[in-house]
Amino acid sequence: MLDRLIVDGAGTKLDGPLLFLKRTVEAGLNEAVEVTGADGRARLGRVATLDDEYMIVEVLESTAGLALAETRVRFHGQPLHFNVGPGILGRVFNGVGQVMDGGPPIAATRSFRIEGLPLNPVQRATPRDFIETGISTIDLMNSLVRGQKLPIFSGGGLPHDRMAAQIALNARLRGAKPEDFVIVFAGIGLPYDSAEYFQHTLEESGALARTALFLNRASDSSTQRLLTPRFALTAAEYLAFVEGRHVLAIVTDLTNYCEALREVSSSYGEVPSRKGYPGYLYSDLATLYERAGRIRGREGSLTQLPILTMPADDIGHPIPDLSGYITEGQIVLDRELDRRDVYPPVKVLPSLSRLMKDGIGAGYTHADHPALASQLYAAYARAVQMRILAGVVGEEGLAEADRRYLEFGGRFEAEIVNQAGPRTLEESMDIGWRILRVLPKSELTRLSDAQIAKHLEAAGVSHE
Amino acid sequence: MSEARIRWISGPVLRARGEGFRMREAVQVGESHLLGEVIRIAADEITVQVYEDTTGLKTGATVYGAGQPLSIPLGPGLLGGIFDGLLRPLTDTGTPYVMPGLRPAPRKAFRFVPGVSVGQRLGRGAVFGAAQGGAREQMLLLPPDAEGEVAEIVPAGEYAENTPLLTLTLPDGGTRMIAMCSDWPVRQPRPVAARLPNDEPLLTGQRIVDSIFPVARGGRAAIPGGFGTGKTVLLETLAKWCNADVIVYVGCGERGNEIAGVLEEFPQLDDPRSGRKLMERTVVIANTSNMPVSAREASIYTGATVAEYFRDQGLHVALMADSTSRWAEALREVSGRLGELPGEGAYPAYLSSRLAEFYERAARVTTLGGAEGSITLIGSISPPSGDFSEPVTTHTKRYIKSFWALDVKRAQARFYPAIHPLQSYSEDVAALTGWWQGQGSARWAAWRRTFLTLLEDQTRLERMARIIGKDAMPVRAQLTLLSADLVNEAFLRQSAYSETDRYCSPARQIAMMRVLARFVELVEQAHAAGVLPEQIAALPVLRRIARMGEDIPEVELARFADLEAALEQAFAKLQEATAHA
Repeated sequence: MLDRLIVDGAGTKLDGPLLFLKRTVEAGLNEAVEVTGADGRARLGRVATLDDEYMIVEVLESTAGLALAETRVRFHGQPLHFNVGPGILGRVFNGVGQVMDGGPPIAATRSFRIEGLPLNPVQRATPRDFIETGISTIDLMNSLVRGQKLPIFSGGGLPHDRMAAQIALNARLRGAKPEDFVIVFAGIGLPYDSAEYFQHTLEESGALARTALFLNRASDSSTQRLLTPRFALTAAEYLAFVEGRHVLAIVTDLTNYCEALREVSSSYGEVPSRKGYPGYLYSDLATLYERAGRIRGREGSLTQLPILTMPADDIGHPIPDLSGYITEGQIVLDRELDRRDVYPPVKVLPSLSRLMKDGIGAGYTHADHPALASQLYAAYARAVQMRILAGVVGEEGLAEADRRYLEFGGRFEAEIVNQAGPRTLEESMDIGWRILRVLPKSELTRLSDAQIAKHLEAAGVSHE
Repeated sequence: MSEARIRWISGPVLRARGEGFRMREAVQVGESHLLGEVIRIAADEITVQVYEDTTGLKTGATVYGAGQPLSIPLGPGLLGGIFDGLLRPLTDTGTPYVMPGLRPAPRKAFRFVPGVSVGQRLGRGAVFGAAQGGAREQMLLLPPDAEGEVAEIVPAGEYAENTPLLTLTLPDGGTRMIAMCSDWPVRQPRPVAARLPNDEPLLTGQRIVDSIFPVARGGRAAIPGGFGTGKTVLLETLAKWCNADVIVYVGCGERGNEIAGVLEEFPQLDDPRSGRKLMERTVVIANTSNMPVSAREASIYTGATVAEYFRDQGLHVALMADSTSRWAEALREVSGRLGELPGEGAYPAYLSSRLAEFYERAARVTTLGGAEGSITLIGSISPPSGDFSEPVTTHTKRYIKSFWALDVKRAQARFYPAIHPLQSYSEDVAALTGWWQGQGSARWAAWRRTFLTLLEDQTRLERMARIIGKDAMPVRAQLTLLSADLVNEAFLRQSAYSETDRYCSPARQIAMMRVLARFVELVEQAHAAGVLPEQIAALPVLRRIARMGEDIPEVELARFADLEAALEQAFAKLQEATAHA
């Protein structure tokens, strides 16, 4: 920010979000600029391509209203930065990090590049310790670990907003002070009512005091959506690694982000890859997701819970597909469960938490938690298989043991998946042991004899 | 040194004006000396692919030619280390982040023990001494392009890796100084004296790999699988327990937390053979998904070159590349920026030949120095939406011999390793049967066939069961399903996180196969004697067999005989009861 150069009327061409300028100043690649038209509105942009004679500026907001002659471009002399300070908690920002709750601006103590820098894998500390979300299908079956990135794969019309708000309100660290656990919430391309819902819910419950809220509305320019998660994650990194807190970053809806990326890519005339998305969609998403983690020798952690809606509920669509390859698991929501009024409608089989093993078991949750989760998975997978079989040959065509599985499957969905309010892990585990009693002991090959004796027989309940 | 001035920059690609450059020459760009490579020359204009973040770079900045192709320093300090895609150390950088620009590599010192004397003639790749003080004693070799007479050699002692130790009089009369460490171009395979047939297995300690779909030392294997099917865990498990002397683990475009996990876990685990820490035999090359894309493209070649360096010392090396799809995508991204004509799936048309070049670097060889060494290549593939008909999987299939297809259904039931027994194959089986017979298991090939037939029948019968119902199936079919279930549960499933079962020695694999094969035979006999499937399914010994991997550790192999005896007894009782009835 040393030399704030201003260039007037150097534009030669406007094409979609791209502004072509005669190169009259020494600018660096990716340098931030502000483009102001005759309307006096400043639009953020960045230097995308440099040449001997001209440069291309990618305008990150709508170019409507810009003209070549009256356009003024101010160069920041550095890439886009976000000024952060202790006051960002409890505040509401727009998609480009400007305060929009009517309060005073942030007293900035630090300034960070919003792109972030790749974390050296050697300096990463492996994610450890369990975060309790209050949702059994996550806590018991697919545990979230501090420093993990675990997305929710949802679909249009599914209650992911409700789940996100609920997790923001109920998530807690076991054995940490409540004030050490904060939320950064980024809404990308949210419809007006969703944005209102989140802001209202957080304010109402008092959770806003420990939240930094970033809202990019559906009516905001689509190019701005590329910046929203970056501003939010910069704030999250500051809270985690400078202030030493445990941060849960909830980012919704990443599908809107990817759509914006496709839009910008096509305006550059880039060769499209699958479904018109740019070939670098994977690398670009990685620059967001990989910002989750822990750093050796520092206190805090940054956990990400991104939410995306699968177009046409297709998990093979490039957005969920590429996300799944980067994130450490996924929680998949299911329309059929939702139709049956099971809430939260988590489809357990395709859901996965890769880091679960690092945050559960002896020393973290309960010594028998891993075996219980594995046995529930194996049994439920079998139950689903039996349900398909029974759908064709009828329940009578099944052997006795297989009918037990059918019963187990039904109870699993009704008692574990479905829940009215938040549960502690212990409550979830108790239900798990209880419904396993439906199955004969010989079927429980994932449990040791000792585990069966302790949890399934000691309680005085024989096999039904 | 040649120089050029930047005219145009976009992302990681730039064009500069200057003369005297060669194709594939390494260059340094701008004030912070970003690394790059010349990828196109037109008149006086060169196109450069930069391996680092180009933010802040300006037109008019200077590009310096290095005068040699992109090369990496190979020396004894590699073992136990972690490096980026261009083999620059990632340790002790002073910040938690990877900063762009040149980093001077800290030079390690080793104790040098000379193995030759003045006047001796040395051929290419000959041993001239040893380096001690690292994880293991390493041989020091002349680079494959150096030969001549020893003119001078330093006495034994402590030297830095790059200190010249030996002066060589070359055949043309010139001299060349040789240090412990020497440069080699990453894209050029190191030469060998001869390639040998692959007739020894790479033992991985994983039952479904070793006993069902084995890979030979010097072989090539691929692990394709959609997300969440356990590619990385399987690859890491192989890296932990396989019987290679050196592991080169290339994390190419994958997760940072995974690399952090490897770095935390490997120094704690013991190698079951040497008893030393696993990290001491490992070289990690990490280019995580958020590190610059173009270096991802180079990282695969860097890994192969490092593997060849250890192979040339007469070691058996396993190179794991996770994931080759990310490497192919890096290729695609750079190709797109160059405006090349896209081929299938928007990948460049040369994808297939690049894959072939890479997998051809696997081999069991006689090295230039006369020793025997090998490189086994294992690459994971991340096909979009788990569809194996996409270009990277189909092209890879043409060059590899062991194919371990991961199955979503198995993974969803938390059945790991989720290698699908029907979609996978190994072309190395015939070559390795002899080795297994030498281990005292004359029936290995027959057992393997029995298991595969059972699994094949299972798929067919389950389809039938879906139509007519399980109870309505012929008794024989019900028994086949029972046996197949047990093979799956007791033999193919193996938890990577179980202390007892994460590694399974050949002897234990044979013992388990024997129990199961005996079970299949006994079922057959019982069926002939009129025993009903429900009676067999209710035998308590079944649960003991299903859990034998978990319950019987390596040091108590004798207990398998007890289990077999219990099995015989249970069936004898059943038949007796049936006969009485």
